[in-house]
Amino acid sequence: MNKEIMIQIQNVTYAYEGDEEGSKLSPVLQNLSLDIYRGEFLAILGHNGSGKSTLTRLCNAMAQPDSGKVYVDGMDTADEKLEYDIREKVGVVMQNPDNQIVATIVEEDVAFGPENLGVEPSEIRRRVDSALRRVGMYEYRNHEPHKLSGGQKQRVAIAGVLAMQTECIILDEPTAMLDPQGRREVMQTIHELNREMGITVVLITHFMEEAVQADRVAVMDEGQILLLGPPREVFAHRQVLLDSGLDIPQSAKLADRLQQLGICLPGDILTPDDFVSSFRAYREGKR
Amino acid sequence: MIKDITLGQYFPGNSPIHRLDPRSKLVLVFALLIIIFLCQNFFSLALITVFSVVCVLLSRIPFKTMMKGLKTIVFVILLTSILQIFYNHEGTILWQWHKIQITTGGVSMAIFITVRIICLIFVSSLLTYTTSPTLLTDGIERLLKPLKKIHIEPHTLAMMMTIALRFIPTLIEEVDHIMAAQKARGADLESGNLIKRAKALIPILIPLFVNSFRRAYDLAYAMECRCYRGGDGRTRMRIMKLSGVDFAAYAVCALLLAGVIVLNICFEAVI
Repeated sequence: MNKEIMIQIQNVTYAYEGDEEGSKLSPVLQNLSLDIYRGEFLAILGHNGSGKSTLTRLCNAMAQPDSGKVYVDGMDTADEKLEYDIREKVGVVMQNPDNQIVATIVEEDVAFGPENLGVEPSEIRRRVDSALRRVGMYEYRNHEPHKLSGGQKQRVAIAGVLAMQTECIILDEPTAMLDPQGRREVMQTIHELNREMGITVVLITHFMEEAVQADRVAVMDEGQILLLGPPREVFAHRQVLLDSGLDIPQSAKLADRLQQLGICLPGDILTPDDFVSSFRAYREGKR
Repeated sequence: MIKDITLGQYFPGNSPIHRLDPRSKLVLVFALLIIIFLCQNFFSLALITVFSVVCVLLSRIPFKTMMKGLKTIVFVILLTSILQIFYNHEGTILWQWHKIQITTGGVSMAIFITVRIICLIFVSSLLTYTTSPTLLTDGIERLLKPLKKIHIEPHTLAMMMTIALRFIPTLIEEVDHIMAAQKARGADLESGNLIKRAKALIPILIPLFVNSFRRAYDLAYAMECRCYRGGDGRTRMRIMKLSGVDFAAYAVCALLLAGVIVLNICFEAVI
């Protein structure tokens, strides 16, 4: 993987405004630095209120840091003139699929972004069709959004971001309100975009199983990055994760439990596949 | 079941009426309403009636559906025709009882007005039956573009309409959820007199409002994330272009207007 930086977050501190004029609440982000590389799949973990969503707002120029700098593809988010150029590069998919679909017809909604950018009608048509095909929702292009399932709505929202030809997508807990089926659909779509189109993906999530599949995992706590690295390294720090109110992947948990019972499975276990192969190896060894 | 509601009363189809440009449809329906009011005798009214029926046939909207549209205004039709019958004293007397009399003039007037109202309903409901709400708002936005000169933003109006249409089903679903949640907490929504039941709605309306504000905030954020900045510099995916069908429709309506005027001149006015 090349190490070109897509989003650079440098020593950022950010606090929301209090109820009184000019007053600030205690900072949500504290002296946080993070480089997000082009084409990578980064998962951000953290309990509620750890500043994950605030980080999103800083990355697409919806908010400016109190101190420190955020650069998107070299553009300073504090520069108001670049606001829309930045949002064209960094698309956002939110948690509630119902609250981010604007139009009454699927394809109209996907067209919303490019229409705002002033793209030519024929080009919008082309982008909308290709984005809908990408997420597998082309057959539903004339449907009304409220008749789709949660997973389908979320894929429409992703298509809406794709049609703007963004280089980076930030997904803020996109699967939190979905059933397992919808969750699988959305995760598969996100991974395809990352692999096949080279789109940088930042996935904010509560699900350890989703984070395990990422290239890198960042764990946030109290407005700071607690751990950062490949999933295997991060999930090796089990106690740190548990202390900051997070969980560890189910397979890893099961392996730990077995270890307590004296059954030592070999290797690092993060995914169900890891577990199965490790357990096989263990049984072979016993024989 | 509540998820299956269709917005407006749109019936998808591919008839010539469906294919008309929404802008043309809006303009033509407006023109037709005026033409219907121009009719002064039964001959011009007959022409318009035949035209309306042909339009309905062309649109392939089942007559049953059209009749259902009439149901809601049956009362209005009845009231106006009864008033006409009793207040019009022209022509020969058909029936009399003390001071109340029914005359031929009254009866023909009642028929005239009934037919006219039915034509009005047919023509205007064809607009909503054959045009999707999206196209309709789009058409309105483009038709109202000249208003920009007097600082009224047609884009803002159209966007508001679109969002309202988009969220009607979402909010209906939400009301369902809230009602179920309040019932689970022991709320009694069905019994009691009117005032009591109205009061029982408060615990449903408050969460609905609070949630709507949160939704509005989320939606505004999502729209800004997708570079929304009002109508300036915005392009549209759908290109609206007048085609042969539109010009044909304009020609037919012009002929219709001419026909109505000629028939009005040639024959005696009833109204």
